[in-house]
Amino acid sequence: MNAATHSAALARPPVPVMRITPPTRWWVIPFAELWEFRELVYFFVWRDVKIRYKQTAIGAAWAVLQPLLMMLVFSLFFGKLGNLGSDGLPYPIFYYSALLPWMYFAGALQNSTNAIVENQRLITKVYFPRLALPLSSVLSGLVDFGVSFLMFVVLMIYYGIRPTAAISWFPAILLLAILLALGVGLWLSAMNAIYRDVRYVLPFLVQFWLFASPVVYPSSRVPEKWRWLYGLNPMAGVIEGFRWSLTGRGTPPGHLLLISSAMVLLVLLSGVAYFQKMETTMADVA
Amino acid sequence: MTESVIHVAGLGKRYRVGERERYFALRDVITRAFTAPFRRNGAGKPKDYLWALRDVSLDVKQGEVVGLIGRNGAGKTTLLKLLSRITRPTTGFAEIHGRVGSLLEVGTGFHPELTGRENIYLSGAILGMRKREIEQKKDAIVAFAEVERFLDTPLKHYSTGMQMRLAFAVAAHLEPEILLVDEVLAVGDIEFQKKCLGKMQDISRSGRTIVFVSHQMGQIRRLCERVLWIDGGQIREQGPTGKVIAAYEDAALRAAQNTGRENVAGVFVAWELGGGGNILQDGLREVRFTFLVNLREPVRRGHFGLHIYNDASALIASWGFDDLLVEPGVQQIEITVPCLPLRPGSYSILSSLFNGGNNLTGGHLLEAWNAVPFLAIDTIPLAHKQEAWAGITNIPASLKVTARQQVSRA
Repeated sequence: MNAATHSAALARPPVPVMRITPPTRWWVIPFAELWEFRELVYFFVWRDVKIRYKQTAIGAAWAVLQPLLMMLVFSLFFGKLGNLGSDGLPYPIFYYSALLPWMYFAGALQNSTNAIVENQRLITKVYFPRLALPLSSVLSGLVDFGVSFLMFVVLMIYYGIRPTAAISWFPAILLLAILLALGVGLWLSAMNAIYRDVRYVLPFLVQFWLFASPVVYPSSRVPEKWRWLYGLNPMAGVIEGFRWSLTGRGTPPGHLLLISSAMVLLVLLSGVAYFQKMETTMADVA
Repeated sequence: MTESVIHVAGLGKRYRVGERERYFALRDVITRAFTAPFRRNGAGKPKDYLWALRDVSLDVKQGEVVGLIGRNGAGKTTLLKLLSRITRPTTGFAEIHGRVGSLLEVGTGFHPELTGRENIYLSGAILGMRKREIEQKKDAIVAFAEVERFLDTPLKHYSTGMQMRLAFAVAAHLEPEILLVDEVLAVGDIEFQKKCLGKMQDISRSGRTIVFVSHQMGQIRRLCERVLWIDGGQIREQGPTGKVIAAYEDAALRAAQNTGRENVAGVFVAWELGGGGNILQDGLREVRFTFLVNLREPVRRGHFGLHIYNDASALIASWGFDDLLVEPGVQQIEITVPCLPLRPGSYSILSSLFNGGNNLTGGHLLEAWNAVPFLAIDTIPLAHKQEAWAGITNIPASLKVTARQQVSRA
């Protein structure tokens, strides 16, 4: 290589070098790679949202109708008739503030369970970090969340409930909810890709989880000595956190939230590990 | 200075087959977990492994256009998938210098509910283009695909042809340093194939490296300088295009001889045009049809019929040759026609071989073969510009005006 070609080589932008080897470390979260593919994650989210709204007759209205209707049913049966209590909040606020994270969570689980299977063709034809699929399922739910949140603001105004300083906790709690959805979503999408009947188990799982979480009743009804066990359900901390940060009433962050956060972390890390371990089989099984 | 942009050493891919079904059910896993203590050790079926690719090593230099040929299931697609990182190798490693674009399928990522415009963005992003890049190339893509008018219609309303044009247009504007193409040029009509081939030639001329899998030797000959023949998961031969293709066809022939092929009668094996392939590009020059036949009996007073039908199943041209004398074994029958000035399009060829006379004189039919692949005539249209008047033939004509005496008006 003479001087001319050498300087020409230097002038060329550095060429990415890729080494393809048998899979090794599956417990590492590929942050760098996910960042590199961030535009693709955006496009997946954009695609999911666009298609979801194109295919429904009422489109975005569904994001508001569903929690609203559930709130009405809950208010009537669990609130008025069942008298399960509401931490002193008007029933609609009590239920809706829990339904916000709950609907997001349930929706994210639904979408991520099918994420890998629905994109089967894609996985066998193009390369991208497979994590991008459940990640985009979890992120696309935020659009619906945003729409139903607007409804919540309307409700708050109607009932004259002003947010307190507790609202500063809200971003952190929201992040916790997203991380939990991602963690569980990773588990489900990986499992469903390999054991195809998982998506039939999902509705039961979600139902059970709903009642194990403080959506239709306040966690203050759980006896003190059992509260730590209750906190092992990561959604418990998330939902109480939502309620408290948005309304200023309910259970302030304490042991419950701490235990739940630890569980969220556990679920997320184990989810990533499991997903990546199964990743090598996904393209082969698809 | 040339360096390897693709360096592969000892690459292998193993799949487990047999005991495992493709889809597990969770309940099966749970039941098996319960019955595990009750199962005798080693009572299960032995796990069978399939090596789709085994100990493959190769180097591709910058700017090379390398062809991969081989029978179906030989491992060509697996190699491309490994190089595209779609699946991970079991053994060995590969090192790739440069951005890789994989074209393993036309229309990757297309969604029928989205519009053409939206699908361009989606497909481009999936193939690896940045949003900025897609925006810059969008107009070029639309022009190449010729779908300007339908950009805002959902893809489900597009014809298959339009979908494929759009898909290829997006893929063709991907500008990776290395392009891996898997038989995508085998789809579509002639116009489309011609466009794709042209684009591939442009890409190779711009100095990019291409690895190209195809079953159509004509395309391989046109594009590739070097060919790798993959057989049974390993590289059987590699070298200059002509040499390797010849070896491959030779082996295919010998295999046909030994197994008698799928064709029960097994007489006609293959056909191609004189220069190779099935695409005729000049109808005004001599055209040769080469048929490979595998005869089990000697042919005496044989009759060979060659008939060409257009896509409306009308008989366009037909020839019959009598009193043929052909020995048993693999023989090549060559038919030369001084010209074949037919209108561009697809034509089907029917060839027939009789022994002991033709169909009218008591001969018995050895085989009548609907030749595969079809004959593609891809010449410049010389006939009338208006479709309705274009006719069946494609013969040039010239017109000249000469002044004559004035006609006097008396």
